[in-house]
Amino acid sequence: MVTTTAATRSLSLVDAVGEAMRQAMEADPNVIVMGEDVAGGAGRGEEKENAMGGSFGATKSLYPLFGPNRVRDTPISEAGFVGAAVGAAAAGLRPVVDAMWADFTGLAFDQIYNQASKMSFMFGGQARLPLTIRVAMGSGIGAGAQHSGTLYAIYTHLPGVKVVVPSTPYDAKGLLLESIFDDAPVLFFEHLKLYVARGPVPADAYRIPLGVAEVRRVGGDVTIVAIAAMVDRALEAAEQLAADGTSAEVIDPRTLSPLDVATIVASVEKTGALVVVDESPPQCSVASEIAAVVSEQAFDSLNGPVRRVTAPHAPVPFTPSLEAVYAPTVQSIVDAVGSLA
Amino acid sequence: MIEPRTQLALYRTMLTIRVFEQRVAREFRTGEIPGFVHMYIGQEAVAAGVCASLGDADYVTSTHRGHGHCVAKGCDLGRMMAEIYGREDGLCKGRGGSMHIADCSRGMLGANAIVGGGIALATGAGLASSVRGSGETAVAFFGDGAANQGVLHESLNLAAIWKLPVVYVCENNGFAESTPSSYATSVPDVAMRAAAYGIPGVVADGSDVLEVYAAARTAVERARAGAGPTLLEVKTHRFMGHFEGDPDRYRDDDERRATRERDAIAGLHDRLLASGHATEDELEAIRAEIEAAVSKAVDFARASPLPDPAEVDRYVYPELLAQSATAW
Repeated sequence: MVTTTAATRSLSLVDAVGEAMRQAMEADPNVIVMGEDVAGGAGRGEEKENAMGGSFGATKSLYPLFGPNRVRDTPISEAGFVGAAVGAAAAGLRPVVDAMWADFTGLAFDQIYNQASKMSFMFGGQARLPLTIRVAMGSGIGAGAQHSGTLYAIYTHLPGVKVVVPSTPYDAKGLLLESIFDDAPVLFFEHLKLYVARGPVPADAYRIPLGVAEVRRVGGDVTIVAIAAMVDRALEAAEQLAADGTSAEVIDPRTLSPLDVATIVASVEKTGALVVVDESPPQCSVASEIAAVVSEQAFDSLNGPVRRVTAPHAPVPFTPSLEAVYAPTVQSIVDAVGSLA
Repeated sequence: MIEPRTQLALYRTMLTIRVFEQRVAREFRTGEIPGFVHMYIGQEAVAAGVCASLGDADYVTSTHRGHGHCVAKGCDLGRMMAEIYGREDGLCKGRGGSMHIADCSRGMLGANAIVGGGIALATGAGLASSVRGSGETAVAFFGDGAANQGVLHESLNLAAIWKLPVVYVCENNGFAESTPSSYATSVPDVAMRAAAYGIPGVVADGSDVLEVYAAARTAVERARAGAGPTLLEVKTHRFMGHFEGDPDRYRDDDERRATRERDAIAGLHDRLLASGHATEDELEAIRAEIEAAVSKAVDFARASPLPDPAEVDRYVYPELLAQSATAW
């Protein structure tokens, strides 16, 4: 874990993401940022330009530094501008696209799935596709069914793209810098509930390799794998379980494609039990994938069935009474572990 | 007046496409070529006329009917043929095939099996050129079927507001598979839609390669000057079915015959002779040279091995990591 020093400040996740983009743009003139309202107020004159800095403020610092050539407000044309980013990447840029909400990538799915994800393969390795698509995701703010979906399972399914799901500001910065300088298309998921969460972030640029999980808490009785905003809930559940004498190991995979299978399997071989916490509907989910991989590779170590703690097979509801029971909770994680005993 | 040298180059490119495609069709019937192929025969003036104004560094994106664009962009015939045969020495090492031929070293960013799939990509290549100030032009080739894809409209708007150096070339051969353009498209000329984006919309006759060349040159010059995109529609005809083996029941024999009477290659052949820019012997020599090159391409393809089954998932992620510009 990072400690706070002179060069390490406490930053929110959204500011950590913004700092990563700024440092990438300073390092390489081929890095550009584009998307709806990434500056905001384009063409309105100096006073009104950069009025938004992204829907969640992540790109706010960029426009004054890099201007309209490299920080491009786009029309609301997801297929058009995501497709243009794919073509620009094939032609040598390193575009960072802000697609706003994960749900909106549906409008650009052909550009991601048929064009970006297959290009290196179809062209026999000729094409590099250094494209990063940033999206916000997650339930918990009353955003309703079309502004809350996680969708990372869909992209994890696609060969040719990489999928990143940071849970801390430190990881968000290092993983985003790595994603921008990776030569494959990366879908980078930022959880809305984590945007304001602060944590220590070094001021210098640094990269965290994709495909390396982080063991957030060491334990011996059960392995809990949790994704993005579920990591904090799993840690809180582990705290409660410890009070009852159960020692839980909590693993944050940090990237879902590539997935650090080795770290998860090694943990299960030690603990003999696995609970996967995923804020997505369960069918063909990342939780299911992790359960399947562990069943194949560590079956003999398991003392009982793998438990998935997921959302119901439903879109994210709007009204608070329903949204409150949608995502896994600390209690549902504790209960899942209890059911293994 | 288009220089005689340019006219001869256009003739050579068109004829190379024709001979290449006729040979692909013939070899396809032997069963040696996997999958299926879409012939460019009849549309040669479009690829030849447009690409004559482009250099190696300029970009093109193509369609499922993409062999002509590859030839016109200067791709190696042997490596093209090997790709169509699915061989390891193909441009894409056999992983792409006819519908995904690409040659990034020549700015050929791929044939594309999604109708309209290359349009946004060319827009992005133009964006890359514009951001860098590096001067390349990008051309998106697409058919009349793609004229009704939403991504075309999003791309035209984007290129117009950003004044990107892109030329959108609609090859209107009258049919999207079997569905007539006259039925599926709300306006008689796709080029009319340019007005909606405040950019020039130009119609050229695809049976006259010199007209296509002149129209494309104007559009490319406009792009290079930073004045923004053009929508160039070329009225053309495919002589064959939608794909090799298509029974083509949506057209009658008279229709097909009529389209062939307006063959751009025969047209330029006759003009070169009439103007005295070439003799029959010279044009015959060009043909013989092309036929030999295409035969050599087939021999090269046949001699190339099929990819190793152990490499079924190779190239899913890029292997050639660029030198990072960062110290960290």
